[in-house]
Amino acid sequence: MKKHINNLKIISYRSLNKDFFLLELSVPHSINEIRPGQFVEVLVENSAKTFLRRPFSIHDIDYENQIISLLIQIVGKGTRELSKQKSGEYLNLIYPLGNSFSKPTNEKTLLIGGGAGIAPLLFLAKHFKRLHHKFSVLLGARSENYLVRLKEFKKLSEVFIATEDASLGEKGLVTNHSVLTQAEIGFDKIISCGPKPMMKAVAMIATDKAIDCEVSLENTMACGIGACLCCVEETKHGNVCVCIDGPVFNVKDLKWLI
Amino acid sequence: MANLKVKIHNLELKNPVLTASGTFGYGEEFDDFIDVNRLGGVIVKGTTASKREGNPYPRMVETPSGMLNAVGLQNKGVDNFISDIYPRIKNYKTNIIVNVSGSTISEYVEVSEKINELQNIPAIELNISCPNVKEGGMAFGTSCQAASEVINAVRKVYKKTLIVKLSPNVTDISEIASAAEHSGADSVSLINTLLGMAIDVEKRKPVLSTITGGLSGPAIKPIAIRMVWQVAKAVKIPVIGLGGIMDTADAIEFILAGATAIQVGTANFIDPQISIKIVDGIEKYLNHHKINSIHELIGSL
Repeated sequence: MKKHINNLKIISYRSLNKDFFLLELSVPHSINEIRPGQFVEVLVENSAKTFLRRPFSIHDIDYENQIISLLIQIVGKGTRELSKQKSGEYLNLIYPLGNSFSKPTNEKTLLIGGGAGIAPLLFLAKHFKRLHHKFSVLLGARSENYLVRLKEFKKLSEVFIATEDASLGEKGLVTNHSVLTQAEIGFDKIISCGPKPMMKAVAMIATDKAIDCEVSLENTMACGIGACLCCVEETKHGNVCVCIDGPVFNVKDLKWLI
Repeated sequence: MANLKVKIHNLELKNPVLTASGTFGYGEEFDDFIDVNRLGGVIVKGTTASKREGNPYPRMVETPSGMLNAVGLQNKGVDNFISDIYPRIKNYKTNIIVNVSGSTISEYVEVSEKINELQNIPAIELNISCPNVKEGGMAFGTSCQAASEVINAVRKVYKKTLIVKLSPNVTDISEIASAAEHSGADSVSLINTLLGMAIDVEKRKPVLSTITGGLSGPAIKPIAIRMVWQVAKAVKIPVIGLGGIMDTADAIEFILAGATAIQVGTANFIDPQISIKIVDGIEKYLNHHKINSIHELIGSL
């Protein structure tokens, strides 16, 4: 799909807890070609403390009503500034950017999300549901309070949970969860998004069990369109831009496990 | 309608707006957002003799009103440029200028000689000011003698418009500019990035993999304006100004300081349409102030 730059109206702003908020943005044209895994670059306006745009995964799409949803975790100056936006205001976005998760060609996929890494997985889960593709979801967080959008995931599939303080689901990291530690895990593909150490640990398990594994990276970037060459990830084919050659990669192309 | 045309030696620009090397890819990356043909020119990514992977990640960090980068000339090499990229971009109806980079004089000469053969590349920008490579790069741009040697060598093989991109990381940039002029440069562009550094206080480590990097963005604009003003007084060849241009007023400021043309760089990352907005903005400015030609503005302080 052609890339656009537009001021999009915020039709809904919802604070989910003190760390996460959800924005729904109205797009003035068809968004039928946007695919799960793609992202947007948001301009943080009137902010003396920030300079560059901020990249966010597309969290959900309403194709019919032409709405893009973003799930944003407040982690720094840019996201804090964005959390002050209100419904009715406009945000300047460049979209859609990057590649997408590959089409399912397997039997059953496990989606693994940690922290804000759950953002692109809801869009993907809805996409899989429409395609009648079998999948389950494994979500991890520090504690129950950091687990957002659980209800939406539960509407779509079976959801396994791991929290570090055992406030919900099994205690520990996603990689300690019994769904991954059992000998036969019952999935033939894993798709993971979250902190890099988590994705690396998941990639290691997947590779050990000879399961195909895709990850979505969020390397620091400036332009989002392949011009600045700042967001590179080292792959078996050299340094590539996460913004155009990713953000989705098959771990077999990365140099994580070498 | 005001006249926006300027000349850089033999190179005719339909307007004074160029896009800076390393901030605009090969132009194609911006096709969805603007009509690239409307620009005065596009200076493509730094090109070296052989393929370079650039520096390890992390290569970039946001800083107050700017950013530090340490990309390190990642590119696929001049032969790949000629075989794969040039055929795709040669038909743009604007000036496509290649930024020539290297570690040794012979590397600069090799790349320049090969680019000289490309019919639709009317000029090169010799990058003697990249702060992010271990060898060569900025070293050629921080001493008059080294600058003269590399420019003299390239001048012998390069027959079209030769622009030399200067480093601000020097005591007196006008000395280097004069050395470039006397060695055969047709124009100088300035400034490249300023050497900078950022530290992550939680990790107590440098943010960039290379420790230091090049600072760009509006944070450096006052320094760039000052240097363009100094250099424009010191040389007779046309000066191309860049460094933190974010809007039309910034571009006009450089032109008033003595720049014949300007380059938009880091701003392309924030607004991919900014270069064209500045083209339109300059025209509007001239009309508004009833100035017939951009030439009336150049160095008119």
